[in-house]
Amino acid sequence: MSKKFDPVEVRKDFPIFSKVMRGNSGLVYLDSGATSQKPREVLDAEREFYEKNNAAVHRGSHLLAEEASAAYEGARQKVASFIGANVDDVIFTKSATESLNAIAYSLGNSKSGSRYEIKSGDRIVLSEMEHHANLIPWQQLAKRTGAELAWFDVDSNGRLDLSNASELINSRTKIVALTHQSNVLGTINPVSEIAAIAHKVGALFVLDGCQSVPHFPVNVQSLGIDFLAFSGHKAVGPTGVGVLWAKAEHLAGMEPFLFGGSMIESVTMTNATWAPAPRKFEAGVPNMAQAVGLGAAVDYLQKLGMANVAAHDEELTGYALEKFSALSGVRIIGPKDLKDRGAVISFVVDGIHPHDVGQVLDQYGVAVRTGHHCAWPLMKKFGITGTTRASFYLYNDFQDIDILIDSIDRAQKYFKV
Amino acid sequence: MELDSLYQQVILDHYKNPKHKNLNESYTAQVHHVNPSCGDEITLNIQVQAGKVAGISWDGVGCSISQASTSIMTELVLGKDIDSAFEILGEFTDLMQSKGTKSGDEEVLEDAVALAGVSKFPARIKCALLGWMAFKDAVLQSKDKLGE
Repeated sequence: MSKKFDPVEVRKDFPIFSKVMRGNSGLVYLDSGATSQKPREVLDAEREFYEKNNAAVHRGSHLLAEEASAAYEGARQKVASFIGANVDDVIFTKSATESLNAIAYSLGNSKSGSRYEIKSGDRIVLSEMEHHANLIPWQQLAKRTGAELAWFDVDSNGRLDLSNASELINSRTKIVALTHQSNVLGTINPVSEIAAIAHKVGALFVLDGCQSVPHFPVNVQSLGIDFLAFSGHKAVGPTGVGVLWAKAEHLAGMEPFLFGGSMIESVTMTNATWAPAPRKFEAGVPNMAQAVGLGAAVDYLQKLGMANVAAHDEELTGYALEKFSALSGVRIIGPKDLKDRGAVISFVVDGIHPHDVGQVLDQYGVAVRTGHHCAWPLMKKFGITGTTRASFYLYNDFQDIDILIDSIDRAQKYFKV
Repeated sequence: MELDSLYQQVILDHYKNPKHKNLNESYTAQVHHVNPSCGDEITLNIQVQAGKVAGISWDGVGCSISQASTSIMTELVLGKDIDSAFEILGEFTDLMQSKGTKSGDEEVLEDAVALAGVSKFPARIKCALLGWMAFKDAVLQSKDKLGE
């Protein structure tokens, strides 16, 4: 494993940090939970693909088509080894949202009698801390099929209440879909434990890895899950590319969700058969340059070492939690200890709306997310309309957190609370 | 500081002491508007009588900009006939879309000119318009009901 990195050195790889922000401040980017910034390697990889290799992959008999296909499939290989997967089980989508919708739609397309069929009376189990992207596709699937939704409650510390897990995940349960790490609370869920309960009743386990895959080592084999969705853009990769991983048997047994070019084996005017995965689930010319960019992103993360990224995240989070605990009139929404907790801190400031907190922070170059974070039910659970959220990543350091804390203090003074 | 152009004292005053923020029982229309990007919500009751805004009251949660803007709006439109209220609304909407190029006509907009700075912060324009759009909707619904 490589030696732990210096975030100040890392920042030099990211051109955006030369930006001058409002109030003539430097950029203190604490919004990686929404999207990460991109290193030069990723930007170069995308540009180079367009400048030197651009052609539609898996078609064409020319040199460019060969090179484009090799670059695209090379990216798939990189992503596969990054998550401990077989290369043919990695599907490129446009986003994690599309990945999750693809699972829901594919299951909904199942032929009658198939083990993947979702019927009236079946149950889909979620949690209250899901991002809308891992809630609404299942809500809609339930509405289309007559299946029922059930969910894990979140307790006041922002942890899942697992006390009723075996009643919740009952024999009628077909799908358990859960986030690995809450984008609001930072809570890291006991995935393997819940996946094992799901498997006992024959249910499929879907993991939303948007906040985990970019931040700590994630291995699909050792987690014991059936599906994984994550996005490229939160993992220093480009926008427009996401990943869907599934066990090979599921990809073989499930129906496709998008139909068209590339995904077929043979076609007549009245019928078509499907290519094997991953092509079966990649209709149309894919987002090639973005996939190649994601390959470069994965290289970048592996060069730093994911264990190092995780250790760095933890160091920052520990430091921030300590600083936050000394603030008066500021309440953390989520776990206050470091155990099973990622680099996301949501907080409310008494007497100041999150939008106004974010606006004052912006004046000092501090970029945070404010609002409901696409987790409206969770906000209602905590009886709030929104939070201010600071999320940390490999280019952040202690000084960023000091500036954040100072800026919160300034917001309190500005609004006289 | 740039921030001061956004948060003028009059805005902070309205935020701390919002006007007409207490839902009145009688109304010709009640509307509920949300800002889906931030989760802010407002319920607004309006009483339209003889072509006039005879009563207006509201409740809701939101940032200083949305709360102050709504408070200022209620002061501006209460007692006005619908046409002049809509002229003020038009003037205010123009101001919000001016990207910082207009300062607003104080004769028409009174306290609402304090919100001129909002137009330089694109993410906040929706906050400032939340209450105003609710007002517009409520008037139109009242007109429908009253058959005007």
